[in-house]
Amino acid sequence: MTTSPATPVRARSIADRLLHAIATPLVPDDYLDLIAPLRSGADLRGRVVAVHPETADATTVVIKPGRSWRGHVPGQYVRLGVDIDGVRHWRAYSVTSPHRSGDGHVSITVKAIPDGRVSNHIARHLRPGTLLHLDHPAGDFVLNGHRGPTLFVTAGSGITPVMGILRNHLRELDDVVLVHSAPAPDDVIFGAQLRSWQEAGSLRLIERHTDSDGILTPDELDSLVPDWQRREAWLCGPTAMLDAFEDHYAAAGLAERLHTERFRPTVITAGEGGTVSFVRSGTKTEVDGATPLLDAGESAGVLMPSGCRMGICFGCVVPLREGAVRDLRTGDLTTATPEDDIRIQTCISAAAGHCDIEI
Amino acid sequence: MTATATATTLTTTTPTSLATASKQGSLNSRLSSSQTARRYEPKPSGKPDPTAHLSAEQVEALARELDELRQQVFDSRGKRDADYIRTVIKWQRGLEMGSRAVLLFSLFPPAWVLGTAGLSIAKILENMELGHNIMHGQWDWMRDPKIHSQAWEWDHASPSELWKRSHNELHHTFTNVLGRDDDLGYGIMRVDEDQEWRPAYLAQPLVNFLNACFFEYGIAAYDMDLGKRLREKTTDDPRFRVDLRNTLRKIRRQMTKDYLVHPLLSGPSFFPTLAANAVANLVRNVWTHSVIMCGHFPEGVETFATESIDGETRGEWYLRQMIGSANIGGSRLLHTMTGNLSHQIEHHLFPDMPSSRYIEIAPRIREICRRYGLSYTTGSLPRQVFSAWKQVVKLSVPNGFAGLASLRRWSTGRVQAAPA
Repeated sequence: MTTSPATPVRARSIADRLLHAIATPLVPDDYLDLIAPLRSGADLRGRVVAVHPETADATTVVIKPGRSWRGHVPGQYVRLGVDIDGVRHWRAYSVTSPHRSGDGHVSITVKAIPDGRVSNHIARHLRPGTLLHLDHPAGDFVLNGHRGPTLFVTAGSGITPVMGILRNHLRELDDVVLVHSAPAPDDVIFGAQLRSWQEAGSLRLIERHTDSDGILTPDELDSLVPDWQRREAWLCGPTAMLDAFEDHYAAAGLAERLHTERFRPTVITAGEGGTVSFVRSGTKTEVDGATPLLDAGESAGVLMPSGCRMGICFGCVVPLREGAVRDLRTGDLTTATPEDDIRIQTCISAAAGHCDIEI
Repeated sequence: MTATATATTLTTTTPTSLATASKQGSLNSRLSSSQTARRYEPKPSGKPDPTAHLSAEQVEALARELDELRQQVFDSRGKRDADYIRTVIKWQRGLEMGSRAVLLFSLFPPAWVLGTAGLSIAKILENMELGHNIMHGQWDWMRDPKIHSQAWEWDHASPSELWKRSHNELHHTFTNVLGRDDDLGYGIMRVDEDQEWRPAYLAQPLVNFLNACFFEYGIAAYDMDLGKRLREKTTDDPRFRVDLRNTLRKIRRQMTKDYLVHPLLSGPSFFPTLAANAVANLVRNVWTHSVIMCGHFPEGVETFATESIDGETRGEWYLRQMIGSANIGGSRLLHTMTGNLSHQIEHHLFPDMPSSRYIEIAPRIREICRRYGLSYTTGSLPRQVFSAWKQVVKLSVPNGFAGLASLRRWSTGRVQAAPA
């Protein structure tokens, strides 16, 4: 029968419409979220199952993801939304757990960085049972079927995506060299596991302790890994290191052999005034630090939503994709990176540096 | 919360209004608290300036003091506050669904009573502590996209987009300014002696009663300026057409839910459930109307001349909010059931402060009022409701009216707008 495949869809849509009619002005999900936040079809969330330290400042968090979780490819990262002091913050962390762990849990490993609000919260205050907000895994720092000679160069928490790869694919890779930098032996995240792999002959581990031996430079590759040129390479660490190695590989004509993952906090330096881009309308304008962005946008001919023009009605709220703004009433600074979902009142906000505004 | 009503209103500035927007640049004067002089725009009644005793320096100091108080509270917002609003949301939703479940058996009188009571309370909480306050942006700081002024939709005839425009923008900016704040009698009543009397106001006690019963529809009509559009025959205005369409769609959804879907689910209890929904809506309407009436209509609340706000500073705006609003005193339960609008004065000073904090700052605001010699109008709920109703009845007739004789004199044109 030609109508039979359509019937379930239609039946579902009637049931769905009924549920929406029952719940309006909310949606059925608003009620279901209270009972089963991890159910299939819900916004992706996860519950913290365990938190355990790896080193003095690195912590592994085991998460049971909601049923909508699509799984990850080793090496990918996941965005995590954590409520700290009532405010939601989003950060990206590499997944470090084995791909098929059996219990369906995933883990991330976070290194507490000085003044890092989220990383310090995770290291010191996160408890099992906490509900986190998740995004689906993303990133192309993956093996992508590669099985030949391999070189990993990592530093600090740069080991995390590589650990995700090693835990899943080490058995399939028979020629692996890992050059890892950390200040001292105790600072090596997953040190025990890496060293046992080395002892078992699964990989060749070159530990670099930067407190005593200094920072690794690309020129040292020739002596440390003489055959580096014939290896496919994955690199993750601080920006300066990535830049140096990218230059080195490019100079050797081997740029396509190098895969990098850049985890760096977008550093927003706040100042007075700046260039404001109204992204959707394609308008750019220079603004001083005393002019409300609403006024600046209107003078530049952008159709800005507006209201009370004194900060009380929230009729002018728009997303700040990236940049820094200062509250003209209080002097409070708000910074945004594309990772955050920050919305600002343009009538009381002035540019404190460059700003990309989503309008 | 995800809105089901995706209202498509024209909230952005249209090119033609860009020019007026820059002319209105003086509104930004409220971003500054620097005060160099005092001035007073007299009202038709000739009432004296209730803030005449304050010097420019004092008004500036007041603004700074209130700014600091606001900053202290805003800096201390945290997990406790976030937990509070999420708890209220959880309880409200649980109560609503629980009550609706009980109403499936509303043929049995005890189930009807219990379900109707629960649903009434759930609807009140939803409108006041949740809808009103979340749409004010009080919880935007949590960066939770579901508990956000731009995402929230409420159990009400007026779509959130429209309500925010007339309430957050017009009422809260132009609070009690004659001719600017239409909340002052909603354009259908006379609640201040400086509003000109018209014979139609004779019916306002009845109008106010009907408005209380059907408050959400009154608000919806008011939010889209229905009365003015009909009077001025501008109902073909494209913006109005969009508003009207959105409002009718919202009303249709609300009515389908309350008067069709849930009664149908109740099967043999169809009519008792329908009646329960009608009663819950009535209870919610009368309650919210009473609370809101207490906010600005009771005796002792000041109004302001139309021109008085040109170039208004932050301090002058604060002043207007303090003496233009009135509180309701009572228990913690009363505060919660009014969505903390019982702290109307605190709410008007800081409309985007989490509602649960008003009770905390109330003693300090009261002390500030005392120190600056400003009235801080408050009273119990019955007293304030009575006072507001007294005003509605008293002002339904011309000022200085002392019986039918005056009406006769008015009708022959001998007495017009007598001073108070």
